[in-house]
Amino acid sequence: MSETTINVTLEVWRQNGPADKGHFETYEARDISTDSSFLEMLDIVNEQLIKEEKVPVTFESDCREGICGTCSLMINGQAHGPNKGQATCQLHMRTFKNGDHITIEPFRAASFPVIKDLAISRAALDSIQHAGGYITVSTGSAPDANLTPVPKEAADVAMDAAACIGCGACVAACPNSAAQLFTSAKINHLNLLPQGQSERWKRVEAMVDTMEDFFGTCTNHGECHEACPKEISLDFIAFMNRDYVKAKIKNRKLAGQK
Amino acid sequence: MTATMDPAAKQTSPRLDSKVPQGDITNLWENHKFSMNLVNPNNKRKFSVIVVGTGLAGASAAATLAELGYKVKAFTFHDSPRRAHSIAAQGGINGAKNYQNDGDSVYRLFYDTVKGGDYRSREANVHRLAEVSVNIIDQATAQGVPFARDYGGLLDNRSFGGAQVSRTFYARGQTGQQLLLGAYSALNRQIENGGVEMHNRKEMLDLVTKDGETAGIITRDLLTGEVESHSAHAVVLATGGYGNVYYLSTNAMMCNATAAWRAHRKGAFFANPCYTQIHPTCIPASADHQSKLTLMSESLRNDGRIWVPTAFDDNRLAADIPEGERDYYLERKYPAFGNLVPRDVASRNAKTVVDEGRGVGPLKNGVFLDFADAIARDGMETIKAKYGNLFDIYANITGEDPYQRPMRIYPATHYTMGGLWVDYHLMTTIPGTYAIGEANFSDHGANRLGASALMQGLADGYFVLPYTIGDHLAGKLGDAPVPTTDPVFQAAEAEVADRTNQWLSINGTESPEHYHRELGKIVWERIGMARDENGLQKAQDEIVSLEEEFKKNVRVMGDNTSMNTELEKVGRVADFFELAKLKARDALVRNESCGGHFRVESQTEEGEALRDDENFKHVAAWEWNGEGVDQTKHEEQLDFEYVKLSQRSYK
Amino acid sequence: MAQTLPGAASNLRDPQPIRTRKKPLPFPLNIWQSAVGRKWVMAVTGVGLLGFVLAHMIGNFHVFEGPAELHEYAEALRGLGGGIIPRLWLLWVLRLGLIAMFGLHIAAAYTTKEISRKASDNAGFISGAKSYPGGSDYVAANYASRTMRWTGPIILLYLIFHLADLTWGWLPHTNYTKGDPFGNLSNSLSNIPVAAIYIVANVALALHIFHGTWSLFQSLGLNNPKYNQARRGLAAGLAGVILLGNLTFPILTQAGVIDNADNPCASETTEEGAVHCFEEILEAEGE
Repeated sequence: MSETTINVTLEVWRQNGPADKGHFETYEARDISTDSSFLEMLDIVNEQLIKEEKVPVTFESDCREGICGTCSLMINGQAHGPNKGQATCQLHMRTFKNGDHITIEPFRAASFPVIKDLAISRAALDSIQHAGGYITVSTGSAPDANLTPVPKEAADVAMDAAACIGCGACVAACPNSAAQLFTSAKINHLNLLPQGQSERWKRVEAMVDTMEDFFGTCTNHGECHEACPKEISLDFIAFMNRDYVKAKIKNRKLAGQK
Repeated sequence: MTATMDPAAKQTSPRLDSKVPQGDITNLWENHKFSMNLVNPNNKRKFSVIVVGTGLAGASAAATLAELGYKVKAFTFHDSPRRAHSIAAQGGINGAKNYQNDGDSVYRLFYDTVKGGDYRSREANVHRLAEVSVNIIDQATAQGVPFARDYGGLLDNRSFGGAQVSRTFYARGQTGQQLLLGAYSALNRQIENGGVEMHNRKEMLDLVTKDGETAGIITRDLLTGEVESHSAHAVVLATGGYGNVYYLSTNAMMCNATAAWRAHRKGAFFANPCYTQIHPTCIPASADHQSKLTLMSESLRNDGRIWVPTAFDDNRLAADIPEGERDYYLERKYPAFGNLVPRDVASRNAKTVVDEGRGVGPLKNGVFLDFADAIARDGMETIKAKYGNLFDIYANITGEDPYQRPMRIYPATHYTMGGLWVDYHLMTTIPGTYAIGEANFSDHGANRLGASALMQGLADGYFVLPYTIGDHLAGKLGDAPVPTTDPVFQAAEAEVADRTNQWLSINGTESPEHYHRELGKIVWERIGMARDENGLQKAQDEIVSLEEEFKKNVRVMGDNTSMNTELEKVGRVADFFELAKLKARDALVRNESCGGHFRVESQTEEGEALRDDENFKHVAAWEWNGEGVDQTKHEEQLDFEYVKLSQRSYK
Repeated sequence: MAQTLPGAASNLRDPQPIRTRKKPLPFPLNIWQSAVGRKWVMAVTGVGLLGFVLAHMIGNFHVFEGPAELHEYAEALRGLGGGIIPRLWLLWVLRLGLIAMFGLHIAAAYTTKEISRKASDNAGFISGAKSYPGGSDYVAANYASRTMRWTGPIILLYLIFHLADLTWGWLPHTNYTKGDPFGNLSNSLSNIPVAAIYIVANVALALHIFHGTWSLFQSLGLNNPKYNQARRGLAAGLAGVILLGNLTFPILTQAGVIDNADNPCASETTEEGAVHCFEEILEAEGE
């Protein structure tokens, strides 16, 4: 560990509530240890603002180990900052150089309204989940776990999809504000497993339709995948598209399982 | 357990009726399910239940209660239930499935948990936990939790935390996230079909009681500052542990004890606050502004060797320290277990060498975890395959390459075994208020086994509370919940509003974060891995004086009508102060060492934790007596009929 | 849930949809009702249009055989299904199909773009993409994918120009004579501005095809992780072949390889004259 300190200049988006227009403000972050995380740097800036009797910058974070999906932020125009496969909370100041200018904005999309400063509401992602992000199995009605073998390959791919942390970076990074990567990850996690087959067609229709209530349309740029802290594959979007149109073609009342 | 075998044994306080049924432990729960009162399916919709917290325990409970037909209101201060800190659990979840045919059983899991908890848990609760562990695995699998599988497509297991059987189910390094997503999906289904009314971004700031019984809760809307009353027939607290009283811990930034503490102030006894689990393999703090600590999986100790320099204040790089000047202290002191000694032993020894001045790293606050021998033995590729993911996390946080130089690790607070006292029904001492998951004290005694936290949260939420709550509610048929227009709610609302606004008017000089950090330093120093009488007394004084300063000098910026994370934080810090005082007191009064609680005065000649079963084979449950008055201690005596008391040894 | 925040606060917990869901129509119209379905329509019509572009290009290579052969090819098109279906009928069926594909392709593109615009309304939506006030960096999106919403309209405008020039004969410089495609083509492309327009449009077309080909597998869900790399190759190959193939016409015209001086029927100014002239030549060659 080579502890050094750097000074950086921040351009931070300040917006006092959802109806406010918002603007950038400039802050100097002095003597920041390169070992501190990006959010700790913001903590320090906030402590300084409090010292100066100014209202600190509102931003959200919780686990700070890259799994809860609470943190967000567009850092220099990139969701979760410049490093691939990393959430903002895992970004460290050694990524930056002394004298750097860093622009910090909230994730933006019509369905991600700004609550305050850098904090946004991602309730629309939950709405997609409510629509079908589950397997109907009431507590107590489950058979023995080893009754249904799941091919290891299928379980692994389902796990790849299930790794999504619901942070919304895909929507933020998408030039269309589309939520395809999130939705497809959630759908495929369940649709790829034998347990999820009964509701497969209903699920994909319900979740895609809800997604389209709130988000834009995919043009296959692939920005979402680059921004994703869990590097969810674009293939899941294709699988979702296939299942969706299949669901329309099938009369699912008659087709049932297959 | 009021009946005791030994007439000389102390008596359980009459206020602590554990309601443990009599009989053979192996079918106690089965028989009890039959003897409890039931609520008719058509009547369930007449009962409303509030669930506070939507982590593993809360989400599973809310979903299951709604499936049964109860009217459920669920609350989380997060924007979504999926963000709860259950999500961060890496290792796995125990289930006594015996799929590996290696001799595991419900009884063995029960036995291991009681023993691992250093004989400070309630046998009946633990046995029930082990019983339902198998149902949890079934339930989670059916929900689509992508547990690891073998090539035949069946579930894979691993041995975890020194267990002698492979009973841990896992989903890569994110078992917590996958199980939480499972519980969250069950909750989603109930939100979609109207069974659960979901309130996100609302924080419970008080529990409301009327005539000693539960009436409801007061919440603050974190988006608008609005204070609201919610009434119900029962309130379930699933609000997690109090590990953040240490400021630095592996808990999430927002984890707090406020909901549990507010319930405590309304009459719920708080049990064993001195029990905290310190996890030995975390990345040491790098600077004063460190906001949290990151856990590295315990599995690293399987191949890494832990050492410090023999010399004091050795500033050389690890590579420059010759073999003869290294002290592999765990291997030296515990030849049989070596680097795989239990968590508490490993943690305490790390503290000892660091306190001696042999710590490593720029702040001298860590010990080395060295993989050089393992890499030489097994090859770089093997080590990469086993631990690559963890090495990457380490490299990202510290900027050091653990393949080239040893990792630095140090213990950090990880889990709290203490919590609200609950009976066999998981009900607190307030009728109608329940505590589940990490928020209660019940199953882990003085030390929790690895991969048991997820198990307990889900056991409570899916398979215990939904049964036991009916026993209480059945007697309330026909009673409407206390209306929110009742004076008890009005008074509580006013009190919460005043308390919140008062923080804004102090206008001191230091931030809530500052006081939290300072409090954490005291708690970590004095009530951390090793505690002694002198230190604990000092801790009490120091906490009191810091608290006084805090109340006079804290500065909370912003307003109370829009999102204000400073205002959220200050109330939580205030409650941590009160909790820290009780924690110090509990640690002082428990003049023995057990599990995660190590009193320097009570150790074997070899420096191991020495229990005092004669005097402390009990649960200490503290009763709130009002502002400025000390809590009263109540004891629940523990009986060990099945797991015989013995001294742990890892020599 | 009560909300007291000013302004747009009510959607902080209960998000407001950006569009209202309509009653589902019967299959297959319901596919069009969703954006995912529209993207599917866009991909299917894209495949059809890609086929047309390829066939059009290959057909036009007859120009290198000579004026009479090009004329013969044009006649063959008009006489498709010859002997069974009356002349021009099948061609018109194909043309109508083509027009329908164009129409659907454009409608899908326009409407999905509008959805994306609505979904981005608290950022700017400039040049067909959401834009952050502080700027945003593209990482994965390439030039082709980012310019789809420009290359599309460019191709449409060029298409109209192209039809006006070589099908309807509205442009004076071409000296349009129905029945003499070689003359029309060489007259048109020997004009430098027209050749430049042609080249620009074909570059746009190639970019459009490059991203479109890559993208359509994704939209149709025909992905297989094994072939993802090959998809890039296919997209680049198709775009490259079409670009090179189509650019031969303006470039070789400018270079004098395609020259109306080589056209024996260049002097005919009426359709009948041209047709008669070419038929005589073809007959003579046939003997």
